[in-house]
Amino acid sequence: MEKVLSPRENFVKGFIRENPVFSLLLGLCPVLGVTSTAINGLGMGLATTFVLLMSNTVIALVKNLIPDKVRIPSFIVIIASFVTIVDLVMAGFLPALHAQLGLFIPLIVVNCIVLGRAEAFASKNTVAASAIDGLGMGLGFAFALTLLGAVREIIGSLSLFGWKFAPGDGLLVFVLAPGAFIALGFLIALVDWYKREQEKKEKNKKKVAV
Amino acid sequence: MKKKKSSFLNMFITLAVVTLAASASLGFVYELTKGPIAKAQLEKQKAAINEVMSGFDNNPIEEVLSFAMPHSQDSLLFYPVMQGETKMGFAVKTFSKKGYSGLIELMVGIDTKGNVKQIAVLSHKETPGLGSKIKDDAFKIQFIGVQQGTALKVKKDGGNIDAISGATISSRAVCEAIELALATWQENVSAQ
Repeated sequence: MEKVLSPRENFVKGFIRENPVFSLLLGLCPVLGVTSTAINGLGMGLATTFVLLMSNTVIALVKNLIPDKVRIPSFIVIIASFVTIVDLVMAGFLPALHAQLGLFIPLIVVNCIVLGRAEAFASKNTVAASAIDGLGMGLGFAFALTLLGAVREIIGSLSLFGWKFAPGDGLLVFVLAPGAFIALGFLIALVDWYKREQEKKEKNKKKVAV
Repeated sequence: MKKKKSSFLNMFITLAVVTLAASASLGFVYELTKGPIAKAQLEKQKAAINEVMSGFDNNPIEEVLSFAMPHSQDSLLFYPVMQGETKMGFAVKTFSKKGYSGLIELMVGIDTKGNVKQIAVLSHKETPGLGSKIKDDAFKIQFIGVQQGTALKVKKDGGNIDAISGATISSRAVCEAIELALATWQENVSAQ
C-alpha cells in the first residue's frame, strides 16, 4: 500500500515532486503548443486546473456507482462536459484569451493528466483528497505552463505578460515550436537538479540523526 | 458503499444516467452563455468597423449587405457606413485561406472612391511573434490609401509591400484578402 499523504503533502506534490509537466512529462501537447507567452500559459493552466478539480471531485463522488467495465467512457463524458463548460464560459466572458488559445481548450479532454488523475487517484480516494489532488496537480500544471511561457516570452519577444521591457525582436526561435522543446528541456533539467539537491539534503539530515 | 457489478443492466443504466446528466448540464450552461457569446462577437465586429471607418452614426451591422465575389459563388459581407445621410463607404469583412496556419479574417475600410481607409485583423492563427505581426500598425500602415485596381504584392513577388520578416506567407495572405475586398467592391459597388 502507498502511504497516505497529508492534505498539505497531497496538494504540494503537484508543484515539483509530481509536477505533471516537469516530473511526469504528461500532457505535453498543450504545454508545447500554447506557451508562446506567459499569459497564454496561465490561461491554459487555469482552464485545465478547473477541469481537473471538477472532474476529480465528481468522479470521486460517483466512483462506486460506476461499474468497472464502463468507467473510462463515463469518466471521459464527465471530463468532456467540464471542458465544454470552460470553453463556452471563456468564449462568452474572455473572448480575447479564448481566441488565442483556440483549439487547445477543447483538447483538454484528451489531456492525459486529466484522465490520468481520474483513473490513478480519484477513482480510489475520497472526495476531499481527490479535490485537493486535482487542485494541486492543476496549479502545478499552470505553474509549469506559466514558467515556460514566461521564459519563452522573455527570450523570444523581450516582454513579460505582454509588457515589453526592451525594444527589438528577441530570439525568434523561442517563440516557435523548437524553442518550446529547448526551453522545456532546460527547465526539466533544472527541476531535476533541484529535486536531487533536496534528496541529498534529506539524506544528510537522516545521517546526522542516526 | 459496495462497488456496482459490471452487469449489462448496470452498465446500461450508468452510461444512460451519465450522458443524460452531462447533456442536461451542458444545455444549461449553453443557455447561460449564449447571450454573452453573441454579445462578445457583436462587440468585436463593432470595434473592428469602428477601427477601419471611424466617425459613423448609423448601425452598419443591421444594414449589412452581401455582395458576390468575382469568379465565385460565395460572397463577402459589406457593412455600409454613413454619417447622417452621407455615405462614407463600406467596412468589408474579407478573408484569405492562404495564411501560414489557415484562415485569416480582415475588416477593410473602403471609402466611396475605392481607397483603403484602414484595415483590422479579425481573426488569425498565425505564428505568435512572426505572422501575428500582421496586427501591428507598422505593417498595416502600408495598405492605407491603396486604390482599387492596384496589384497588391510583397516585394519578394515584385510588388511594393514590405513583408514582415520571417512571415512572407502571412503578408501575402493579407495582400490577397485586401485585393479580394477591393475586387468585390469594384464589381458590385463602383458599377452602381
